[in-house]
Amino acid sequence: MTSGMVFAATGAVLFAMGVAGVVLLDHLMRRILAFNLMGSGAFLVLVGTAQRDGSVDPVPQAMVLTGIVVAVAATALAITLARRLYTLSGRTELSGTDDD
Amino acid sequence: MRRLGRVGMALVAGLFALTLIVALFELPEPVVRLADEVAANMPASGVEHPVTAVLLNFRGYDTLLEIAVLLLALLATLAVVPEAGLPMTEADGEPVLQTVAQIAAPLIVLAAFYLLWAGAHRPGGAFQAGAVLAAGAVLLRLAGVVPGWVRPGSRLRAGLAGGFLVFLAVAAGLLVGGRLLEYPEDAAGVLILLIEASLTFSLGLILAGLFLFHSGDRT
Repeated sequence: MTSGMVFAATGAVLFAMGVAGVVLLDHLMRRILAFNLMGSGAFLVLVGTAQRDGSVDPVPQAMVLTGIVVAVAATALAITLARRLYTLSGRTELSGTDDD
Repeated sequence: MRRLGRVGMALVAGLFALTLIVALFELPEPVVRLADEVAANMPASGVEHPVTAVLLNFRGYDTLLEIAVLLLALLATLAVVPEAGLPMTEADGEPVLQTVAQIAAPLIVLAAFYLLWAGAHRPGGAFQAGAVLAAGAVLLRLAGVVPGWVRPGSRLRAGLAGGFLVFLAVAAGLLVGGRLLEYPEDAAGVLILLIEASLTFSLGLILAGLFLFHSGDRT
């Protein structure tokens, strides 16, 4: 098991944790953070599996670099929307998430 | 009932993680070795660092679309930020924080320039440099040295869109050669540096704007 696979396995665990967070958490801020965790997990899987034989592949690294910046922008937009929802309705959760 | 659901979801997530890990170890060997392709084409790329070569030459349209996505995210943010202003804790009157931020700001700009320049031959480049610039702007805002942004004026708009427009102009100019973003070999280095410099500037502004437009003094 190379160090690349350790990164990839960690990424898979992070991704699963993120999925559980998105499903289980109601507060929008926490849900956004869980979604980011999913993203970070996917990035780790991409970079980790690409160097599982020990050599570095620049293509996935460049893709992940692009992905990180886009994820930052998407997170900022998500937080903007969440803050807008809070300003308009005073809620920090989407409707229909508190039915049980 | 809710507690049961949570335990169930945790179990499902655990199984999911396990399945993913098993699948990762079952991956077949890649048929095409992209790392070798990149290494073989490095002399034609105009830069010496493979990641920069992939970002701005071999897969340039990804980067072009990325800066477009960032601009779109900023426009959407501008569209939904309320006019009335959002509450923000001010750190006014903290002289130590303000002084440190003011000392750090020129160093941050210097670091960004270094990262931009280093991108040609070692880890670095427009994204890292832009992120560092934006972090500097956020630091200055949090220390209360600079005010938040309210609405972009024409100069700020030009700065925000400039990186994308320069990149688009270069891409359109290169279409004369027949293919999107295929640089002539002798001009590749200069064109990439031009694109990276304008990208750094715009990325810094856009990423800073994603924060600073939130913290405007609109009360």
